[in-house]
Amino acid sequence: MKSWMIVLALCFPLAAVAGEAKPVAEDPVLEQRMINLSEDLRCLVCQNESLAGSHAELAQDLRQEIREQMRAGKSDEQVVDYLTQRYGDFVLYKPPVKPLTWLLWFGPFALLIGAAGGLIAYIKRRGNRPADESLSEEEKKRVATLLGNGRNPE
Amino acid sequence: MKRFLIPLAIFLVLVGFLGIGLKLDPHEVPSPLVGKPAPDFQLALLSDPAKRLSLTDLRGKVWLLNVWASWCGSCRQEHETLLELSKQGIVPIYGMDYKDQPADAQAVLDRFGNPYVETVVDLDGRAGINFGVYGVPETYLIDKNGVIRYKQTGPVSRESLDKKILPLVKELQK
Repeated sequence: MKSWMIVLALCFPLAAVAGEAKPVAEDPVLEQRMINLSEDLRCLVCQNESLAGSHAELAQDLRQEIREQMRAGKSDEQVVDYLTQRYGDFVLYKPPVKPLTWLLWFGPFALLIGAAGGLIAYIKRRGNRPADESLSEEEKKRVATLLGNGRNPE
Repeated sequence: MKRFLIPLAIFLVLVGFLGIGLKLDPHEVPSPLVGKPAPDFQLALLSDPAKRLSLTDLRGKVWLLNVWASWCGSCRQEHETLLELSKQGIVPIYGMDYKDQPADAQAVLDRFGNPYVETVVDLDGRAGINFGVYGVPETYLIDKNGVIRYKQTGPVSRESLDKKILPLVKELQK
């Protein structure tokens, strides 16, 4: 169970160690394309960070890999395929819709529909309850007292 | 009574889900490569950089690929278990030194013992990426046809060997 310590170690100090200036990418358009794509990809090491934002060494390597593949003329889809072949759908922040992920995609809607159904049933049941009986003589008197001795409010 | 049973039931279901959630390890990412041919590699040997080892050299035998590095702390944790396994001689272990200085890796083997038949050096981590390595140590069980049959992320323990890896090895060696 020491693996989480390694993960922590990978997440933080390397950022400082690797502080040496990186050469600015020769092609800013390609760099932007790489960043756009890797924002939708998950870093395997720091799982709550995108591949674009992670300082983990693996993320740097993968960004370099994406850069090179894009330079070689691969499309975004091909690059994503390359990564999912190796790391599975897990790298995708937007997993594809397939039987395994149906619960993930449609679960919230099913829950919403269920809750709405429950609410409607509840409201209907409450509406069907017999209306309260009219006030008794005693209650009427009390109302009159409260409203000012039965005087006409005009 | 019924009024309290419903919230209680919801609460228990929630507890059930949370309990399962506690046991799941989010760092265990299922590998899509299990059941698929292992990616080919051609890497220099740690023992002799002039020589190279490739996947095809290992065709016909069941073997373990252990991805490790000298900088990896939990690799030390499994080292003893791997040494034990190599002495038993049930299944050959090949090491892949992942993103490491070969000299440092050699120093580790000299100091703690060498469980590997050979260790290949993956200097830039490319071969590692092809295997879907995301955190060393990782161990892959590869069959006679070069298909990955099992992947373990994290240190190999006696328990994981006896429960998962070795029974599978025996089956594949048949």
